Amino acid sequence: MSDSVVGALPIVAPPRRHATRLFFRHRLAALGLVVVVALILSAAFAPWLAPYNPDDIDIANRYAPPLSAGHLLGSDDLGRDVLTRLMYAGQISLSVGVAAMAVTVIVGFAIGAFAAYLGGWVDIALMRLTDTMLCFPSVFLLLFVAAFVTPSLASISLMIGLTCWMELARVIYGQIRVLKSADFVAAARMVGAPAWRIILRQILPNVMAPILVAATLNTANAILLESYISFLGYGIQPPQASWGNMLTNAQSDFLVDPWLAVMPGVAITLAVTSFNFIGDGLRDALDPKMRR
Amino acid sequence: MMSGSAGSARLLAVEDLTVAFGRARAVDRVSFTLDAGETLGLVGESGCGKTTTAMALMRLLQGATIGGHAWFEGSDLIAAGEERMREIRGATIGMIFQDPATALHPMIPVGDQVAETLRTHRGLGARQARARTIDLFREVGIAAPEERLGAYPHEMSGGMCQRVIIAMAIACSPRLLLADEPTTALDVTVQAQILELLRGIARDGAMSMILITHDLGVVAGVTDRVAVMYAGVIVETAPTDRLFADPKHPYTQGLLRSIPRLDSGWDEDMPTIAGAVHDAGALSGCRFAPRCPLAAEACREAPPLRPFGEDHEVACWRAS
Amino acid sequence: MSEALVEAIGLVRHYKLPGKRLLRAVDGVDLTIGRGATLGLVGESGSGKSTLGRTLVGLQNPSAGEVRFEGETVAGASGAKLVRLRRQRQIVFQDPSGALNPRMTLGDTIVEHLRVQGFSRAKARERATEVLSLAGLAEAFSGRYPHEVSGGQRQRAVIARAISTDPAFIVADEPVSALDVSTRAQIMNLMRELRRRGGLTMLFISHDLSIVAHMCREVAVMYLGQVVERAPRDSLFRTPLHPYTAALLSAIPLPDPALERTRTRIVLKGETPDPSAVPSGCRFHTRCLRATELCAKVAPETRALLPGHTVACHHPLNV
Repeated sequence: MSDSVVGALPIVAPPRRHATRLFFRHRLAALGLVVVVALILSAAFAPWLAPYNPDDIDIANRYAPPLSAGHLLGSDDLGRDVLTRLMYAGQISLSVGVAAMAVTVIVGFAIGAFAAYLGGWVDIALMRLTDTMLCFPSVFLLLFVAAFVTPSLASISLMIGLTCWMELARVIYGQIRVLKSADFVAAARMVGAPAWRIILRQILPNVMAPILVAATLNTANAILLESYISFLGYGIQPPQASWGNMLTNAQSDFLVDPWLAVMPGVAITLAVTSFNFIGDGLRDALDPKMRR
Repeated sequence: MMSGSAGSARLLAVEDLTVAFGRARAVDRVSFTLDAGETLGLVGESGCGKTTTAMALMRLLQGATIGGHAWFEGSDLIAAGEERMREIRGATIGMIFQDPATALHPMIPVGDQVAETLRTHRGLGARQARARTIDLFREVGIAAPEERLGAYPHEMSGGMCQRVIIAMAIACSPRLLLADEPTTALDVTVQAQILELLRGIARDGAMSMILITHDLGVVAGVTDRVAVMYAGVIVETAPTDRLFADPKHPYTQGLLRSIPRLDSGWDEDMPTIAGAVHDAGALSGCRFAPRCPLAAEACREAPPLRPFGEDHEVACWRAS
Repeated sequence: MSEALVEAIGLVRHYKLPGKRLLRAVDGVDLTIGRGATLGLVGESGSGKSTLGRTLVGLQNPSAGEVRFEGETVAGASGAKLVRLRRQRQIVFQDPSGALNPRMTLGDTIVEHLRVQGFSRAKARERATEVLSLAGLAEAFSGRYPHEVSGGQRQRAVIARAISTDPAFIVADEPVSALDVSTRAQIMNLMRELRRRGGLTMLFISHDLSIVAHMCREVAVMYLGQVVERAPRDSLFRTPLHPYTAALLSAIPLPDPALERTRTRIVLKGETPDPSAVPSGCRFHTRCLRATELCAKVAPETRALLPGHTVACHHPLNV
C-alpha cells in the first residue's frame, strides 16, 4: 500500500503483429485500405495512367455520358475527360487532405501535450483556446478565413488544418494528464529531462494509438472540407481541378448532364468513407481492451 | 478456532477440478475437501490458480472449460444449472473478493446493496431488510450503522468497504464463505481488524471458510488446514500446524524459508527459490521441477497427491 | 557517528485541495541519514513515507523546510551542482510496470536515462549493459520490452536504472511490494549486494515491517506525516516505545501458527484519519488505547528515551 500521490500505470502495449491481425479482421477497414491505396496510386501516377490530359478540350464530344466511346466516365461541358480530371483532381484533394491532417496532428498534439504536461496557466490558456475554437462551426470558420486569404494548396491546407485540431488536442490532453503521473515520467523528470524531451521521447510513443486514429479520421474530414470550400468557390480555383470545384459547374449543368455531379461526388464519398473505415479499424486494432 | 473433528459432516468435496482456457490449464485436477465449521487456507503466488479455482466453484468464469466435480450439499456445483447456482450464490455460499473498491457498485448506496441480497434470497420486505442490514453492519464492526446506510463506496475507506462486503457475504448466513485475498488491499492494522472479524464470524456462525491468500502469515493465524498451490496444481495439504512445522514439498519448504522474519539478521541474504513462476511451462511432468533443487528423472511424470502421514498429502516423488 | 549524507529539516509538503482544505502529506519532519546507513521508513497509507522519500531525492519540492545533501541545501542548486545532485540521488519505484516506459526496451530506458544527464550515446550503451548485468539480467534483456518480461525482471531493470549513475543515495519506495513472495527474496538479496558493492546509503520505504527488518539497521516509523519513532532495528522490535509501533508489530501476521494463536494482539480503534483532517494534539490520539486529555490537546515532542532511540509520545511504552 502506498500513500504516494502519483499512481501506477498498467502496461498497455498490444504487440504489433496482433494489432495488424485485428485490423484486417475488420473487413471494412481492409476494404477501405485497398480503396485508399487505389485512389492514391491513381492520383500519383495520373500522368501515366490517365487516358487524356486534363485540359484537352473536345467541344464536339461534350457532355458525353459515362461508358461512351473514349470516355469511360463521360466528359464535361468542355469535352474534357472526366476520368482524367478526377485523377488529377485526386492529386489536389488528397494532398490537401494529407497536408491538412499533418497540420492538425502537429498542432493538436503540441497543444494538448504542453497543456497537459505543463499545467498551470499554460493549461488553462490552451484549453480555453481549444474550447473557444470548438464553438465555431468549422465550415463557416473556414469560409470566413478563406475570404481573406489567397487560395493556394498550401494556404488551404493550413487553413483546414488550423480549424480541425481541437478534438485531437482534447484527446491527447486527457491521455497525457494520466501519463504524466506515471513513475517512468517522474524518473525522467528527476534526472533533469526538459519538458519537450519528455513529451517527445517518453510520452509520444505511448499515445500513438489516438494519434493514428485521429490522423485517418482527420484526413477524411479534411478532404470533405476542401470539397465544401472549393465547391463554394473559395478553395481551389479553376482551371486547377479538385473534386470539390468539379462540382461547382456540375451544379449549373445538372439538367443537361447529371453524371457530372455524380462522378466527383462518388470520388469524394469513396475517399472519405474509406479513410473513416481505416480509422475505425485502427481504433479497434489498437484498443488494448479489445484484445480478445 | 474450531477444528474439524473426525465426526464432522463433509461440506464440500472437490474432485479433479480442471479449468482450461483454450489449451492452457489454469487449474489441473485439483482435489480437496472441507468439513463443516472448518477453515481451509488456499495458498499460492500469483498465477497459481487459486482465484480461478474459487471462481470456477462459483461458476463465475467466462470462456473457460471446466471439468471435474464439486460436491456441495448433495449437488455438483460444476454440473448445476445457472438457476440453481443463482440460488446458491450469496445465500448458501458467500464470496468476498479482493479489491473492496471495485466489488461494490459505485452508484448504489451500500445499505441498499446489502438489503438487496436479503430481499432476493430471503424474501424480506424493505423495512425488515433495512433492520437486518443495520444489525449486520453492527456485527461487522461498522460504527453508527444507521448513518452509513446511505453512504456510497467512494465515500468510505478500504477497510469500511471490506466490512460492507463481508456483511453482504454473510447476510444470508451461508454455510460456506469464499474469501479471496480479503485483506491484501488493506493497511496492516486494518488487516488485523478484518482478520479478527473473520475469525469471529467463522467461530460464532459455525461457518466454513476457504481463505485464499498469498500471505502465509495470514494463513497461520486463521486457518485449520492449508492447501498449497503451484501453477494450477495442489502440491501439499496438511493441518496448519503440521504444514508450518514440517513441510514436505520442496516448494512449500522454499516458500517458508524465503519469508522475511522479524528475528533474522538485517544483512543476511535470504534463501530463495530459483527462477520465477514464469518458468512453469512444462505441461507434462511436475510443474515445479524446473525450479526444484531435488528434481530428478522421475519428475518427468507428474506426481499425484499422495498421503504422507496422518492427514498430510504431498504431490512429490522426492518428498521424505 | 558518520557524517550526515541526507538531512531533512522541518520538512513540510502540503497539497491544496478543493474547498480550501490542505492535505498534509509530510508535516514537519526532521531526519538525518548518515553516509553508508540504511534507514527503513515504515508506515501505512496516509503516513507520508512515499512523499518524504520523493522529496528527499528531488522528485518533489518541499512546501516548507529544507533538504540538505552532503551538508549543503539542495534548493536553488544549478549548473554543475545540480547535475551532481541528480546523479547522486536516485529512486527505485514500487510498481515496476509504471516505472518503465511500456514503449521502450529495457536497454533504451537506461540509455535515455543516461543521455539526459549528458552521457554520450556510446558510453550510455556501455553502462546500460553493465548495470543490467549487475542487476542480474543477461544482455538479451536489453532489447526486450517491459511486457515481455516478468515482474521480478522488470524490477531488476528499474534497479539497474537507479544505479546507472553510480549514486550515493537511493530511495527504495516499496521496491518489492508488488512482487511475488518468492521473487521478493531475490530482489532484496540483489539490493543488499549492490548496497555492499557500491557503499550506498539507502532509505528503504515499506509498509511491511518484516521486509524492513531484513534490510535495515535502523528504522523510523511514520504516522500521518510525522516521524513518531526512530530506533536501531533491534531496539525497535524488542522495546517499541510508541503505541502505534507496538500495534504495527502486533498486527503483522507471523508464519507461525502456535505464536499466532497465543500472541496478544493490539487492535487499534478505527482507521487512519484522512491526511486533510489531521487530529489535534498528538495525531494518533484518536486510535490510541492509552490516550489521555493531554494527548488531544498537546502535540508531543521527540525525545530520546533509550540509546539512539527517539519517540514522540506523552505516554510511551516500555519505559
